[in-house]
Amino acid sequence: MTTNAPILLEMRDITKEFPGVKALSDVNLVVKAGEIHAICGENGAGKSTLMKVLSGVYPYGTYSGDIVYQGSAARFSDIRQSENAGIVIIHQELALIPDMSITENIFLGNEPRRRGAIDWKSAQRQALDLMARVGLSEDPDTLIKDIGVGKQQLVEIAKAFAKDVKLLILDEPTAALNEADSQHLLDLLRGFRERGVTSIMISHKLNEIEAISDSITILRDGKTVETLDVKADGVDEDRIVRGMVGRELSSRFPDHTPNIGEVFFEVRDWNVRHPISADRQVCKHESFNVRKGEIVGFAGLMGAGRTELAMSIFGRSYGVFESGQIFKDGKEIKLKSVADAIDNGLAYVSEDRKAIGLNLLDDIKTSTVAAKLSKISHHGVLNEVEEYDAAEAYRKELRTKAPTVDEGVSKLSGGNQQKVVLAKWMFTDPDLLILDEPTRGIDVGAKYEIYGIIQRLADQGKGVIVISSELPELIGLCDRIYTVFEGQITGELAREQADPETLMKQMTSTKKMQTR
Amino acid sequence: MSRFKDLQKNLFGGTTSNARQFGMIFTLVAIVLLFQFLTANNLGVGFGDGLTLRSDNLIALFQQNSYILILAIGMLMVIVAGHIDLSVGSVAAFTGILVAKSMADWSLPWPLAILFGLAIGAVIGAWQGFWVAYVGVPAFIVTLAGMLLWRGANQYVGNADTIPVPKGFQDIGAGFLPEVGPDTGYNNLTLLLGLAACLAVVWRELQARKTRKEMNAEPAPLWVSIFRMAVMVAVLIFVTLRFAGGRVGTSFPISGLILVALVLIYGFYTRNTAGGRHIYAVGGNSRAAELSGVKLKRVNFFVMMNMSILASLAGMIFVARSAASGPQDGLSWELDAIAAVFIGGAAVSGGIGTISGSIVGGLVMAVLNNGLQLLGVGSDRVQIIKGLVLLLAVALDVYNKSQGRFSIIGSLTRPFRRDEPSKPAPTSDTGNEPAKTTVAG
Repeated sequence: MTTNAPILLEMRDITKEFPGVKALSDVNLVVKAGEIHAICGENGAGKSTLMKVLSGVYPYGTYSGDIVYQGSAARFSDIRQSENAGIVIIHQELALIPDMSITENIFLGNEPRRRGAIDWKSAQRQALDLMARVGLSEDPDTLIKDIGVGKQQLVEIAKAFAKDVKLLILDEPTAALNEADSQHLLDLLRGFRERGVTSIMISHKLNEIEAISDSITILRDGKTVETLDVKADGVDEDRIVRGMVGRELSSRFPDHTPNIGEVFFEVRDWNVRHPISADRQVCKHESFNVRKGEIVGFAGLMGAGRTELAMSIFGRSYGVFESGQIFKDGKEIKLKSVADAIDNGLAYVSEDRKAIGLNLLDDIKTSTVAAKLSKISHHGVLNEVEEYDAAEAYRKELRTKAPTVDEGVSKLSGGNQQKVVLAKWMFTDPDLLILDEPTRGIDVGAKYEIYGIIQRLADQGKGVIVISSELPELIGLCDRIYTVFEGQITGELAREQADPETLMKQMTSTKKMQTR
Repeated sequence: MSRFKDLQKNLFGGTTSNARQFGMIFTLVAIVLLFQFLTANNLGVGFGDGLTLRSDNLIALFQQNSYILILAIGMLMVIVAGHIDLSVGSVAAFTGILVAKSMADWSLPWPLAILFGLAIGAVIGAWQGFWVAYVGVPAFIVTLAGMLLWRGANQYVGNADTIPVPKGFQDIGAGFLPEVGPDTGYNNLTLLLGLAACLAVVWRELQARKTRKEMNAEPAPLWVSIFRMAVMVAVLIFVTLRFAGGRVGTSFPISGLILVALVLIYGFYTRNTAGGRHIYAVGGNSRAAELSGVKLKRVNFFVMMNMSILASLAGMIFVARSAASGPQDGLSWELDAIAAVFIGGAAVSGGIGTISGSIVGGLVMAVLNNGLQLLGVGSDRVQIIKGLVLLLAVALDVYNKSQGRFSIIGSLTRPFRRDEPSKPAPTSDTGNEPAKTTVAG
């Protein structure tokens, strides 16, 4: 807790590369015994990758650099080894089995045995003890699906204690929790600290970090920016934000003079409910508009509901539609299916191109025409030559690197796959393109090209919506930016007004700010 | 060396559909020749006198397997869409008994009875398609239920008896192309059919070359095209003469004709139409397909319904061939059809496979069955061998693919596969495995 506490963990010069992308480069992290150490950074800064390196998800040898844990070099080749050493990660998506009881979940994979059989009596007793430590008062036979998310989180932590945890890592522990549950969790972490447990906490909620942590390491673009001592440096939220976003914006974007027309697309009072838990409202009274030739950004943290907003507009492909209107060129349109949306000139490029953007079994030409087969077919019969020509034209225009359009899309790099997805939606002749994280997982060079394509689309008079978690990208690319927080639009900034600090504030608060 | 490579690439690894088809036929011919040799060897006669390629054997082979191959067409589409249909044998049996009854008891004329049978298939298919597509019950369960349901219905309706069918109806299963025109010593219609097939092969090859040129892509070298055409035409002429020159009164079977027509229609549908493309899209990645505007439910409904219609047709052909409908008709047909599709190169997870591949897969099994019987191997051991062939063929392929190594079966069946990436790309960037979304329903 104090500056002279012994060092529990040191990660030195950690570098981790994926094909085409350097996820971490020379990252350093020093965690002292008994402290709460926060790791901050934008989405994609490398926080999760760093934790995966630490826990052995990426085994020793697949990264470079050293990990010194409890005074000796640690070379974990899988999660089991790191857990045996007392390092336990609690992921954002909880790894609990809904149809098993609390006890069963706590001891899953770690069952107390007697003569080969599971000793449920002892398990029950230990479970009660562990539950008391995390402040969970439930019948240990209750099924996981019957308790709330907050309590599930506590079960995860109890599970960690069952493994004799020395270093507890929490990835966005309060992201899914309400105010009271979050507070309880933070109190719990303080209690652990008093009993000597060291914690690493990854969080986007800066107020919580400020309130609870002793040290903060800030990552940006896979590099360590700085490590702050909260008390000694007098750190506050603004200081953290500055560390997270401060970087040069120049020359990462092609020059562009926007040519913006009038409003042609408008969404009014949009309300959508969660597809499974009907009492959760994912979009709350959201209204926005897009002008011709305009690039409009949507800023928000993970889970703010931007993707859900986009997909619910795109032919109700997410959630349960409740109410709201869509106007295009002054007329109200009803988009009840994806086909309706495509016919009305909408295109949605999803954030996860591999899972839902592409059929990885396809080649470039089949992918390119997939969303508008009617354009290359006559009475339902496909014309191979037209298909080939269309795909070839986009391959040249977007400079997709592939020998021919017969190449399978699974063989392309992320940037080139993204170009194929863009081609697929440009082929539908949309008036409005919604691009969800268009540069996720793409290296810098390809990003620049994608920005150029987006700007050219706008110059053709199309409206473009860009959803991005990278603030510099939004500021550099967009003519106007909406901020979204917990399913609500919390602000609207013109490009000139948009700076990272203001955006970050609006993205993390429900207070509606009128800056226009 | 380079010539050989050229040949290899253009015959087996080429990207044009013609090249694929050629590769498939080559594989089948190799197996047929193997059994021709083995049967000749067994009898101690010359290669030309082997039993496999005798006219009567070829005709029997076709007649005995046409209904399985018809099922394989529908099954391929079901499997490509990511489902399975276990009910086809029972659907065939139930249709068979109703159609037989309709002619025997209600004296429905046989052409109407055929339409009636197809309508039964459509209704059953709509029932199963409804549960799969609109309720979201996995097809495995829906059709497992259907397997029991329609089998029971067959025995309930038919009182577990056999019901004979009239002569006109029998022709669709047991009939041959009739004798017309001058006496040439051969069946003239079969000769004409063979001629048409030869012309079609030549025409398609030329069309494919033209298409490649229009795409500004390099067509296969001319000599390869000619070689390919020559081999195909030679095989077709040989087969035509065998079918046309058999015992008097036999020729190319009507059921074979139905099969050929269906292969052409469905082959075109799956390859060249938007509807066919949608089936592959749904099986490859249903969520991506949905977000591209494909109507998921409609596609799933269609493939299930289509399967039952084809099953009812197969059932009628079988009843026609055996001249009566019985309680044990269509037993374990689903397994033969599914095996044909997978040996033909379809992927268990959906999205990959072709009609022609499945037909060849079915023929491979049929030739194996037939050849082993000709060699005097008992049906017990034939089953064991068929089971092992299916398992090994797919297992070897799966293993080699997981090792990222050259796949023997893959190289044999690659021509059947639809644009399969040879090896998953190194997952880039984020390090996430490419998620294979589970297919809905």
